[in-house]
Amino acid sequence: MGQRIVIEPVTRVEGHGKITIQLDENGNVVDACFHVTQLRGFEKFCEGRPYSEMPSLVERICGICPISHSIASAKACDEILGVRIPETGDKLRRLVNCGEFIQSHALSFFYLSAPDLALGFDAPPEKRNLIGLLEANPSMASDGIRLRSIGQQVIEACAGKRIHPSWVVPGGVNEPLRKEQRERLLCLIPDGYRIVHRTLAWLKEQFHRFNEEIRTFANFPSLFMGLVNKEGNLEHVNGALRIVDAKGRFVADGVDGASYRSLIGERSESYSYLKSPYYLPLGYPDGMYRVGPAARLNVCNGCGTTMADQEWAEFIRLDRGPVMSSFHNHLARLIEILYSLETMEKLLGEDDILDTRVRSYAKPNFSEGVGIVEAPRGVLIHHYRVDEQGLMQWANMIVATGNNNLAMNKGVLQVAKRFVQGDRIPEAALNRIEGVIRAFDPCLSCSTHAIGGAGLRIELVNSAGEVLDERIYQRGCRTQRVSANV
Amino acid sequence: MTAKIRIATTWLDGCSGCHMSLLDLDEKLIELAERLDLVYSPLVDAKEFPADVDATLVEGAVGNEDDKHKIFLIRERSRLVIAFGDCAITANVPGMRNQFGVKQVMERVYCENAKGGEPPASGDAPALLNHVRPVHEYIHVDVFLPGCPPPPESIYAVATELLAGRTPDLTGKIRFGA
Repeated sequence: MGQRIVIEPVTRVEGHGKITIQLDENGNVVDACFHVTQLRGFEKFCEGRPYSEMPSLVERICGICPISHSIASAKACDEILGVRIPETGDKLRRLVNCGEFIQSHALSFFYLSAPDLALGFDAPPEKRNLIGLLEANPSMASDGIRLRSIGQQVIEACAGKRIHPSWVVPGGVNEPLRKEQRERLLCLIPDGYRIVHRTLAWLKEQFHRFNEEIRTFANFPSLFMGLVNKEGNLEHVNGALRIVDAKGRFVADGVDGASYRSLIGERSESYSYLKSPYYLPLGYPDGMYRVGPAARLNVCNGCGTTMADQEWAEFIRLDRGPVMSSFHNHLARLIEILYSLETMEKLLGEDDILDTRVRSYAKPNFSEGVGIVEAPRGVLIHHYRVDEQGLMQWANMIVATGNNNLAMNKGVLQVAKRFVQGDRIPEAALNRIEGVIRAFDPCLSCSTHAIGGAGLRIELVNSAGEVLDERIYQRGCRTQRVSANV
Repeated sequence: MTAKIRIATTWLDGCSGCHMSLLDLDEKLIELAERLDLVYSPLVDAKEFPADVDATLVEGAVGNEDDKHKIFLIRERSRLVIAFGDCAITANVPGMRNQFGVKQVMERVYCENAKGGEPPASGDAPALLNHVRPVHEYIHVDVFLPGCPPPPESIYAVATELLAGRTPDLTGKIRFGA
């Protein structure tokens, strides 16, 4: 008889989830699952609301990436209105989005994953957090706090509020950027560059300590999907979808948001509130694909900004084709922070960024609209239908974390097979299983837009699929209890 | 030296935005970290809610069986429970599903908008409660800290009162929404 290990909640991730691991009678890992345990139901309860309310409403899907949801939503609404938004409105959406990428990636890197990277996956659990990092490496912890704050200040300067501002609207943005805010933001940039450059140098020096994690953190062939601009470069706000295979060959390219349903199918599984999208032509589950920072760097031809391009050229040499190990999302995140700082500097330097024409007005002219953006965690799609008064009739949302669901499950299994042997399960092995999830930086708040969510749990099941132990283990005594059950 | 106060934070049915507003204390976090112990939180690796917590910040409404179980445990083990943000206080956005009921929500999400699979039904995905409800409908709440999310200044005011050994009184310092 095997057993089932449960890790719940998965900590240092955004939202609710658990992991279960199933062992056979010899204590070998036969299966592992990542469960999302919450659902709220945005796809249903937005029914009857006016379209104009949607960008503000869907910000409440996620307190970490509200800007992404508001831009995807506003883009869907732009289509419903049938308007072209003013150029400055588009630039300001891009600017606020830079702020979000900086703060969200800084949160993931410094607050959630740096405790593993700087203190080690084997560090005592009570030290593996930002406070432990503040004690052990105060300059790195302060860098993280500062960099996240820079991103949040960009959002605040544009939108007047750091979290859930009502600034991105159908047709553009609500208010122009003020001159003094531009000056204020320009002053933040040099500090941002210094922090990201020294963190990049530090991370690259650490790779030799993490050979086994790089080898096993979701390191397998898959498709990769992301938006690219007309030049094929990295793109976070506009652009079209590109999918590459494990050898880097284009599987799809130049696909606009409205055609997403020709590429992506969605499937639900009884064990999780998070749906599993897949590449439709290959079917389920063979159509597994990955999105997010490393996927974006895998699909693009380059970043299109000087410093990020230098880092990108180094990044793509980590593997022979697309970079397969999801561990390298950590590096990709830092490169994207650099790209966002450079993009922000460029936008703030443009003459028309203070232009006061930032919004186009219209009544709804079409009954349907699709908005697609790159959220920090990957491709995000909002698809709406409205009636003649502009009241919401139907919505479908595919969130970044959902796109990665199949790959996260496979990654959890890969790490579990490498680090878990049934008769002895060190706490650090379980932390590594959570570590692969952290590398994806799932946003389970986002992923539970459909239903609920809030923690991650891991389980062990016998070879007949029977759940032998469903208890939730406290970290300190988990190993001991598991051993007693073998 | 006096013992540090023991603080816990948790998120139930919400968006994590209140926790992000807590992180928006920025450099003040360093000062607070020296003066309190964060004994349970999504940001630290404790897996079980500990005993003898001085104050717990609860973000989010009570939306599923797990939340319900957890909120009673939190009450039992915390001296002060703080309803942290509008979802905890009014059910707010998660409460918008109450008018439709669980069945309709599940059908839209997992049947109409996904093909070929099964809707979540196992014990691994805790059952949704028919109504999402605010925290104080289940347990006694000592302090209400509203906002969507509560601004960092209000969170700091609460933290400093707790550190001074007082129960925070937010009269005149708070507002809902915005």
